Parts: sequence; C-alpha cells; structure tokens
Amino acid sequence: MNQKPKSLSPYYRSLTRNMVLLVMIISLAPMVIVTAIILNQFSASYHEKVFDHLEELVLKHKQNIDGFLEEKLQNIRFLADNIDFGQLELNGIIGKHFARLQNVYGTVFVDLGIINEQGDQIAYAGPFKLGKARYADADWFKKAIESRYFTSDVFLGLRGTPHFIITVRKTWQGQKYIIRATIDFVSFNRLVENVRIGETGFAYILNREGRFQTKPIFDFTPTLDIYTRYFSSLERMAKDVEIEERLDGAGVKSLYVSALLKDGDWLLVYKQASRDAFSDLGNAQLIAIVFFVLGGIVIVALAISMSAKMVRRISTSDREKEIMNQQVIETGKLASVGELAAGIAHEINNPVAIMVEEAGWLQDLMEDGAFKSEEDIKEFERALNQIRTQGRRCKAITHKLLSFARKTDSRIEDFEIGPLIEEVVSLSAQRAKYSNVELVTHLEPKLPAISASHSELQQVFLNLINNALDAMDKTGGSLEVNARQEEGNIIIDVADNGPGIPKANLARIFDPFFTTKPVGSGTGLGLSICYGIIHKMGGEIVVKSAVDVGTTFQIRIPVKTDEPEASDAQIQSDAIN
Amino acid sequence: MAIATIMLVDDEVPFVEAMTKRLTRRDLEVDQAFSGDEALKKLTDGTKTEVVILDVKMPGMDGIEALKAIKTKVPLVEVIMLTGHATVESAIEGMKLGAFDYLLKPCDMDHLIAKVTEAASRKRQQEEKIINARIKEITARLA
Repeated sequence: MNQKPKSLSPYYRSLTRNMVLLVMIISLAPMVIVTAIILNQFSASYHEKVFDHLEELVLKHKQNIDGFLEEKLQNIRFLADNIDFGQLELNGIIGKHFARLQNVYGTVFVDLGIINEQGDQIAYAGPFKLGKARYADADWFKKAIESRYFTSDVFLGLRGTPHFIITVRKTWQGQKYIIRATIDFVSFNRLVENVRIGETGFAYILNREGRFQTKPIFDFTPTLDIYTRYFSSLERMAKDVEIEERLDGAGVKSLYVSALLKDGDWLLVYKQASRDAFSDLGNAQLIAIVFFVLGGIVIVALAISMSAKMVRRISTSDREKEIMNQQVIETGKLASVGELAAGIAHEINNPVAIMVEEAGWLQDLMEDGAFKSEEDIKEFERALNQIRTQGRRCKAITHKLLSFARKTDSRIEDFEIGPLIEEVVSLSAQRAKYSNVELVTHLEPKLPAISASHSELQQVFLNLINNALDAMDKTGGSLEVNARQEEGNIIIDVADNGPGIPKANLARIFDPFFTTKPVGSGTGLGLSICYGIIHKMGGEIVVKSAVDVGTTFQIRIPVKTDEPEASDAQIQSDAIN
Repeated sequence: MAIATIMLVDDEVPFVEAMTKRLTRRDLEVDQAFSGDEALKKLTDGTKTEVVILDVKMPGMDGIEALKAIKTKVPLVEVIMLTGHATVESAIEGMKLGAFDYLLKPCDMDHLIAKVTEAASRKRQQEEKIINARIKEITARLA
C-alpha cells in the first residue's frame, strides 16, 4: 500500500506508546542489571587490588626505612665499640672513623661527634665547625643520655638545616659518652620521595607532634588529630598498615595508607587522590557507560521504529478487517433481501391480478357496447378506482423494498428508532399474515435519538423478525416488538411465542454460519451480523428462550448523549441506589 | 345451461369480485369463498360446485391444506390451483395431491375457461362412470 503515513488515532498512539515502553523495559532492564552487577563487582575487586597493592607498597617502604635507620644505628654501634676513650686524640680517631664511614656509605653520614655527660662535644669530624658545641640544653641530648640508642626527630639544630641524628651511649670509667652521627636529610628524604605512583601519589613521614620528618612533594598542613588517630589505631591493631579513604584538606577524596616507623615514633603516610588511584576503574566505568548509552540509544530507536511499523501494520489489518465486516454485512443483507423479495413478489402479484381482472372487466363491458346507461358508467368508475387503488398498493410495496435494498450505508446518523421499527414491521406484515402470526408493536412515545447506521439497524430488526416468522411458519403465533427507555439506554425486545430454541443451540446462535435451516435455505450469518452491528454501536444483544414457550431477543442501545454530565449524574444516582 | 358451476377461493376480495363478474358473463355459475375454511364449509354443506379455483397462499388454512381437505371430503370436485410465481413449487405439490391443474396469477381468461371446462367435463365423466358402475352393480344383483 502506497498510502502516505497519516496521523494515527489515539488508540493506535497509545498502543505504540505501550509497545515502545514494553520493548524498552524488557531490553534495557537486563542490560542495566547486568551492567550494574558487573561494574559493582569489578569496582569491589579493583578496590581490593589497589588496596592490597598500596598496603604492600607502604609495608615495603616501612621496612626499607626501618631497615635504613636500623642499619645506620648498627653502623654507629659498631663504631662506638671500636672507639677507645683512653686515647686523648679523640678528634683524630673520630676523623679516621668518619672518613671510613663516608668511604663505605657515601655521604649518608654528614658528621660524627662524641659528647660527654655534661653535653659538651669533645670530639667532632665533619664539614661544620661544631668542635666545642654544647648540647646540654638540647631536647635530643636529654633523651639520648637516658637510653642506649636514640634516633631523633628531624630538627634544625645548631647548623640551621633540617637533619636528624643517631646516637649510641657508651660508658667509660663511670662516665657516660654519646657517639652522635648526623644522617644526611637529603638522602633520607630520597627514600620517601621515591614512593610515587600516578600523578598524585606521594609519601611523607610525620612525628607524633604532626611535624613533617620529610619534605613532602606537595605543600600542605597535616591535620594533627587525624594523624593522632592513626597512631593510636595502628598501635591498637595488629595490622602493620592501615588504609582509609577520606576527604583531604582541599576537599579531594583521597586514599591514606599509613604505617608506623621507628618503633612507633614516626608515621609513614602515603596519600593518593582516589580518582588517580582508581583511574583504570574510572576508565572502565566510563567505557561501560558510553557503551550503555550507545546501546540504549540503539534500543530506543529500534523500539520506536519497530513499534511504529507494527502498529501501522495492525492498523492496516484492522482497516482490512473493517472492510471484510462490511462485506459480510452486505452479504447477509443480500440474503435477507432475497428472502424478502420472494414474499413481496407474491404480494405484488395480488394487486396486479386484480388490476388485470378489472381492466378485463372494462373490456368485457366495452365489447358489449352497453356503457351508455347510468349503471354502466358507475361500474366503469368503480373499476377504474379499483385499478388506481391497487396500483398505489403496488407502488407502496415496491417503495418499501427499494428503501431497504439500497446499498448498505454504514454512515452514523442520529435518528429515532420508532419509525425504523415501524418500517421494518410493515415490511414483514404481509408475511406475518400468511404465516398466521399476529405482529404487534409497543413503542414508548418520545424515545430519544440514537447514533447509529440507519440501514444496518434496519437489517438487525429485519433479521430478528424474519427469524421469528420462520420459526412460527407452521404453527402461527404472536410476535411483539417493544421499545422502551431505561437508564440512558433504549431496550428493544423482539419476543415471539414460537417453538423456542433448544438449550444446546442457544450458546451457538450468534456464531457465524450456525444454522438449523436445511442446506441452501439459510446462510447462518443473520444473527452473527446482528451481533456485530449491535456491538459496534456499543450496545448489547442477548437471547432468552424456552422450548415451547418462545424466544425473546433483547437489544440494548445506548442513547446519544449531548451532555456527558447528565450521564455521569445518572451513574452517580445508580451508585447511590 | 351454464358451462360449469365453480367456486372461487381467494383472500383478496376485489380479485374474487372482479373475477366473478367476468366469469358470470362467460356463462359460468360462480360461488365465492374468502378462506379455506369457508370454502370447505360451503362444499360439505352440499353445493353443486364442480370445480374449485383455489388460491395457494392464504392466511390461516392455506391452499395445500384446503386441497387435502377437499380431496378427502368431496373427492369428485376438481380443484385448479391459482398461484403467484413465488409459490409455483407448492402448486406443483398440489398437483401431486390430486389437483387438476395450476394457473398463474394474473391468468388469461380464455385459458382459464378452457381449463374449467375440461375439469368440469372430467368431473361429469367421473360421476357418469360411478353412476354406470352402480347401475351395473344393481343390474348384476338383479340378474
């Protein structure tokens, strides 16, 4: 069909909408669920992987740094054991040892000194002029003199640059001495600086006061209470490493991996922005979302175009069905017209016969040549009147037939049903007379107008009356057609007192091609067509029948309503009742 | 003497009346009945009707039933069926039941007269045969 796509009726539009929604839900829902599950699983396992990786990394570096510190301490201990405090030339010995240290370990050791119990440096080797420095008031000295080994926090000290020192206490002749070595801050810092992943991952070390022990790559001020919490939680827990994800000072979600260093004095913290740490995950999610969106667009487009195509197909087939229905109605009408025509031909025959006989009588009179007398002229007039009367009768009959045999017009019009019923009844009156059936109508006056096809409704009543007359053909009886108004409907009863319909047939009488008449006498379409016509106009047709009592067909046709409020009020009052 | 004595049976009164006038003019003695019942009643009451012209389609008792009744009650009376085209089948059925012939409405007057004459003569022949048979029977008994 090369029809232009025209705008569809609301029914088809809502059909299209429902189909589109259904297809979209059915195809998108599994996609959404599967994607969500996979993304969730992937994200969980990826988080686990990243956490494991970072834990291991931080643990390794914790061990590295601890190892570094331990190694340096061992170096100095070894050195301390080899220093002979009996010799006065301590400076020379220290210098020799220092040279050896630098020889073996490079510039990790910046300088080396010996301090007595009073805090005076009695020997020194190194690039600074600290030979006679006094450390009696320095914090580190107070702690160093208390314990055998000590590693200080990073501080500026006398030289004014950040550094930290390792000390070993040694007792000689009742006097306590401290051998002190300064560790190169730069090389220590490098240990931590090397911990770098991605764009934002870096590490730093804090002491218990929250001061940096290394120089972090990014400048920021650590929040003390958070780190205090790390210290305490790491000490409490058996774990070596703790991972937390939280917002940093700048409001960026970040991963914090922390571990204790130097027997719990220092905290090694590795920090990386979550976005950076999970960048691969982010990429995977982005790709998934892009595919999801593209797939969704394709599905939606397909759903819309396919539904539109299907609905168009449905509407075409509906239209074809409508044409078919029309043809069936036309066929049924032909059948009933044929039936009617047989009766009517006979009906016309009677007046024609009378006219012929009257004309013949006139001819007889003329042949006698005796139409001069008064009596003859009266006879002439009477015969001519009779011919005219019978001619009119013929005309009335043929008009009735013609009005019915017009091509079925399924246009919906507003009309009153009373005259229509009268017309059909008068058409069948003659047949009823010969079948000895008393045909009566009881029509309520002033029935409201209905909206229907005039000729289709004519056919319904003709079919019902014909069926009733057929049923009572042999026996005679009475056929009543009643019409009344009832709650916004017009109820029409076509009731006969004929032989009735057996129960077995009652359920099937509206089926197409169901007939009890002998082959060739009925199409079996009559009642099926009535059913179709009445239902098409929103009405109802029901049958009640009892064998030997009679059959009643009841038709309910909704009244044409001008004001819908009126019918609403009707419904409401029904509900109250 | 009239050609024959007939009875017109039809529910159409004007038709019966017009026919009666024309047939009377042609030397037939015409009796009228407007239904099967009336015809039957008149026949059994004893008339000299020889031929019945019977309409097939009538309200109440139709032509076929009337024919059956006539053939049972007064078998010698000849019946000519008068029919519209729509009921030719039943007219033929009537022939099987013993009607003399059938005629189509509207009918040709000469044809009708001829048929009636034939039917009447056959009726008279039949009656004659019966009378002869009776005479033979009586003479045989006497002999």
